[in-house]
Amino acid sequence: MLVNYLKMTIAVMKRRKFYTFISLFGISFTLMVLIVLAAFYDHLFGANYPEAHQDRSLCIQMVQQKNSIKGWTNTGPMSFSFAQKYVKTLKIPERVAIASTPNTINTYVGSKKLKLFFKYTDADFWALTNFEFLEGKPYTQREIDNNETGIVINEGTRDNCFGKNTLALGKTMEVDNVTYRIIGVVRGCPITRMMVASDLYLPYNTSKEDLKSPELMGSYMALILAKNPSDIPAIQAEYASAISKIALPKTEDEFDTIKSEAERSVLDILTKEILPGGQATFHLILFLFALMFMLLPALNLVNINISRIMERASEIGIRKAFGASKKTLLAQFLIENILLTIIGGFLALLLSTGVIYIINHCGIIEYADLHINWMVALVAFIVSLLFGLMSGVYPAWHMSKLQIAEALKG
Amino acid sequence: MPLIPLKMIQLNNIEKIYRTDTIETMALNNISLVVEKGAFLSIMGPSGCGKSTLLNIIGLLDAPTKGNISIDSEVIQGFNDDKLSKFRNQKLGFIFQSYHLINDLTVLDNVELPLLYRKVSGTERRRLATEALAKVGLTNRMKHYPSQLSGGQRQRVAIARAVVGQPQIILADEPTGNLDSVMGNEVMEILESLNKNDGTTIIMVTHDENMARRTHQLIRLFDGSQVQ
Repeated sequence: MLVNYLKMTIAVMKRRKFYTFISLFGISFTLMVLIVLAAFYDHLFGANYPEAHQDRSLCIQMVQQKNSIKGWTNTGPMSFSFAQKYVKTLKIPERVAIASTPNTINTYVGSKKLKLFFKYTDADFWALTNFEFLEGKPYTQREIDNNETGIVINEGTRDNCFGKNTLALGKTMEVDNVTYRIIGVVRGCPITRMMVASDLYLPYNTSKEDLKSPELMGSYMALILAKNPSDIPAIQAEYASAISKIALPKTEDEFDTIKSEAERSVLDILTKEILPGGQATFHLILFLFALMFMLLPALNLVNINISRIMERASEIGIRKAFGASKKTLLAQFLIENILLTIIGGFLALLLSTGVIYIINHCGIIEYADLHINWMVALVAFIVSLLFGLMSGVYPAWHMSKLQIAEALKG
Repeated sequence: MPLIPLKMIQLNNIEKIYRTDTIETMALNNISLVVEKGAFLSIMGPSGCGKSTLLNIIGLLDAPTKGNISIDSEVIQGFNDDKLSKFRNQKLGFIFQSYHLINDLTVLDNVELPLLYRKVSGTERRRLATEALAKVGLTNRMKHYPSQLSGGQRQRVAIARAVVGQPQIILADEPTGNLDSVMGNEVMEILESLNKNDGTTIIMVTHDENMARRTHQLIRLFDGSQVQ
């Protein structure tokens, strides 16, 4: 029976090629867009290289001082000393790293001007991330304490400065009038991983800032790695407690409160600012958007299915005359729809793989490493299967009720 | 003791009325009929007299407005869709004037159709369908599609489909109506052979007096009523 349904599906698909194309295009294009968007979402916010431990990571990006009487606020990254004093001293985390916010600097290689991102970090930054070292090794706390000037660069910077795949280890680079020695080269990561992405990683001892300044605000952020995901609330509470004990310095702005939170991810920070309910609301909105997006081809499918099935009235009459019950006919049309959706799903996977390959290799996003999120692909496929079923049920049920004599008239 | 002929089909006071918002049309008026097992009955009458409606009602393709039908000693009343479908599948075979083959399926798949709705394995279906096609002389056309066949060949495929499930009754609605006299004669010979050799009860609607004369029993309809 199933083989017969399959034969019939293929025959029907071949007979009305344009309808088939529209149906398959609707299913596969919608799924492809969802899969590619999910890949982008994962690329931006997922546990990707070199942030493999997202499930037990926290970040502190901002500190806010407020004058609650006059309503003034001052929000920005923390100072190095703030990070040392209030974050590095936390007891519960496995590790805390400090890194400056991304910044750019111009450097010259021969006569070639390069605009590079740079970041000051401590040695824990390398233990907390999982950067792949193509050459050399990261700087250690001992080297920082000895005020050494070894830096780590990414492979793109190496290729630009010294030629593609030319060894850079031991070579020197002049950045901001300081001559640095390259001690490591890492595989690069896209700039969208803003907590960790950079072209140059410089040990914080080489910063020209006064790292001992008692100012609360500065240009640093902190990355925290918990021992277990379950420790996260305790770390957040420990940090909140540390913040609550800060005695604010007297300034002309007369700030009286300070606020800073250890957040789960960049997404957490972004969504908390704009949406009540934060990430949960954001995900609900995304889900509803995806559902609405999939509803459009589903409605299109209903339309196409009605006209496809209507023109098969005579076939329905013949099948009923020779013993097909309403249930059997309903099953036949539903299976035809399911097969069409499955074919659309496979096409969507092929198209998504192609689009993602192009995005990863065309160079629009440097170090792009988008990949298919199989969970999203599966959910989208199941939803489109459900829509496919729903779009087939009404016309099939309607037609299966036809009086045979009427149906045979066509 | 004389043999009492077995009743295969019995119609009691069958009425069929088609209703629209504004008018009622009496398509069949108080038709009562007995068809014996192994009979070859033809139904004649002018266009629109209710021949096909009567055939559809006998074939359970349409329901009468009034009256009842019994087939093979079973009164067809209150049957649900499943039971009716199964009954049609087991007992009845149909041949239509315009063949009503499924154009997207091959000749073999078309002939297999009635067996698809029975618990018959794919291999057995294929064997029975090939046998049925052999009966109508079309084994060389099994892989063809209906559009690749002549009218006569299509009607022979339709006959093979009607007989493949070995039904006790074949209902033929103007089976020679679209064919020339040679092809029509071929089809008629096949029907006669089925009736004579297999004992199949056949009811045939026809406009052709010559064809009707070759059957055992003839009824005539006029304006929905039986006049002979």
